[in-house]
Amino acid sequence: MISLEGIHKHYTSDSRRLHVLKGVNLSIDDGEMVSIMGSSGSGKSTLLNILGLLDTYDHGAYQLGDTVISAGLSEAKAAQLRNRFIGFVFQSFNLLPFKSALENVALPLYYQKIGRKARNYRAEKLLDMVGLGERTKNMPNELSGGQKQRVAIARALITDPRMILADEPTGALDSATTDDVMTVFKEVHRTGKTIVIVTHEHDIAEQTERLILLKDGQVERE
Amino acid sequence: MWDLDRWQEIGHTLSRHKLRTGLTAFGVFWGIFMLVLLLGAGNSLKQGAIDRFSGNTNTIYIWVGSPTQYAYKGFAKGRRVDWNIDARDMLRKKLEGAEVVVEINELGGWQAEQYIVHNKRSGTFVARGTHPEVALNSGYAPIKGRFVNANDYDQKRKVAVLGAEVYKQIFEPGEDPVGQSIKIAGIHFMIIGVYKSIIASENSRRDDSRILIPNSTLRTAFNQTEYIGSLRIKPKNGVSAVKVEEQALALLKEYHHVHPQDTTAFGYYNTEKNYMKVVALFNGLNAFSWFVALGTLLAGVIGVGNIMLIVVKEKTREIGLRKALGATRGSIVGLIIQEALVITALAGYIGLVAGVAILELFAILLVKFDIPGFGAPSINFTTAITALVLLIISGLLATLLPAHKAAAVNPITALQDD
Ligand SMILES: Nc1ncnc2c1ncn2[C@@H]1O[C@H](COP(=O)(O)OP(=O)(O)OP(=O)(O)O)[C@@H](O)[C@H]1O
Ligand SMILES: [Mg+2]
Repeated sequence: MISLEGIHKHYTSDSRRLHVLKGVNLSIDDGEMVSIMGSSGSGKSTLLNILGLLDTYDHGAYQLGDTVISAGLSEAKAAQLRNRFIGFVFQSFNLLPFKSALENVALPLYYQKIGRKARNYRAEKLLDMVGLGERTKNMPNELSGGQKQRVAIARALITDPRMILADEPTGALDSATTDDVMTVFKEVHRTGKTIVIVTHEHDIAEQTERLILLKDGQVERE
Repeated sequence: MWDLDRWQEIGHTLSRHKLRTGLTAFGVFWGIFMLVLLLGAGNSLKQGAIDRFSGNTNTIYIWVGSPTQYAYKGFAKGRRVDWNIDARDMLRKKLEGAEVVVEINELGGWQAEQYIVHNKRSGTFVARGTHPEVALNSGYAPIKGRFVNANDYDQKRKVAVLGAEVYKQIFEPGEDPVGQSIKIAGIHFMIIGVYKSIIASENSRRDDSRILIPNSTLRTAFNQTEYIGSLRIKPKNGVSAVKVEEQALALLKEYHHVHPQDTTAFGYYNTEKNYMKVVALFNGLNAFSWFVALGTLLAGVIGVGNIMLIVVKEKTREIGLRKALGATRGSIVGLIIQEALVITALAGYIGLVAGVAILELFAILLVKFDIPGFGAPSINFTTAITALVLLIISGLLATLLPAHKAAAVNPITALQDD
């Protein structure tokens, strides 16, 4: 289970202090598939970054499974936890252009110091699962947007993380490929993974089990 | 750390910027290449200059100079010093820093040539007294027979050693001169050997045009018993020739009642001063070479740092992604350092090899065309290693800033969609 209590986060830029999260309370059960919505600038990405240990929070409490994530978590520790527990899917895919689909998927295991053979074996299985078993050798520029996003999902899954965090994963896709990607997400969900999707689209939100609405730096409605 | 994936990345990055990488690498290459060439050329010139001393790097020569400048101890000024073998013996007793003190006389005065006859051939040459010790530091090598030895000197034997040029002029080609006799100023001498100067210099022809006889023989046979021409002093190992020269002059002035301030009563010359000048000159040249090459190298290294900065900037997003996927600072920094080191080490190594190859080529050409005045151009192993270590260190320095920037990449901002 993931729980956030009274999470605050502010940014200071150009000596202006922007209070983005003002006491977010939230808990997500293991294996749940939830979506986060809210107007632009409401702090959805900020919240997701905190959940994903890419960013720290000012105060409050964050528990990730058995692990207490303190506000001042060190960068090295965060990198390690991220690698073990969290998979990311981004709006713009973020595949490395000079690596094949297979190599892209296998990359997180490299940082776990797993051998190339084992890495590639698992990457192949995951590409198969997202329906790209025939495309392992393709380079990213040889794949469509939807295919790229499915590669990214396979990459997010390869470390067998506790949860997948996706920030507007379909934001750059047309409706047909959006459906493909959502199908994959639902399949992943069926394997028992926790999935959190930030989205602007009600269609997407409706396909999740629960919607969390952010407004004025707080969870307005669940 | 040195795994295949890393090398793949590096290969990719470098090949993505072929021209830029090539130009940068060329800077480093050129720095090392120039360093090797300059040091090698310097060493060659230095060796060439040192060879001219042919081991005679600290001989002191003293002779009688002009009339005295001062009245001293009851002697009026304007007196010419009149010395004989006692001066040599005094120095042998009192001059502590000296290893060898010998007197040299010439037949008919300094550089005066004698009419030499052998059978029907003849020529004019300088005949000079010598000592067994002289061959050791004059760069003479016997090509036939032997040099003057201690018995020749002690027993005042009428024996002569010919310079190679003398032999050529008064003997038939291939004729064995040893045991034959020649006439020097009317007196018969037996030839015991022929020598050749082993230094290749414009002096060697002159050196080879002399006839050497034991100085004791010369003084008795040619009526110079009450006179010596000049003194040659060789300091003991590790003793400065300049010091010994000073002491010798002081002792000689005292012995011959010459005012201590008199600067011209004795003439003197000392190869150490020249040798030191040559050494200092080439040390200076060496330092200058390092200065120039290090400057070039520094420019090259700055180039490497610059390119790495560009690489990091271009790769910000990639670095951010890697961090999000679990890369630690260490692995990111390691990649940057490895990349920079590959450029510097590779380019530097090629520069080193190319430089050494060119030096080797020159060495071969120098030998082939028999060019005098140069020694074999080479750089020693320590210098090469120093250059390489320097290269690696500078390569590392070049990555300090880029690596720091890479480590500081914030995955959130790097991955922001805009
Ligand atoms: N690194 C930062 N420094 C300063 N301000 C920031 C930073 N990141 C985000 N903000 C600000 O915080 C607020 C919340 O940003 P966030 O990206 O979380 O919004 P969002 O809900 O994801 O918006 P969108 O739907 O447009 O993606 C915005 O006003 C944004 O400008
Ligand atoms: Mg956002």
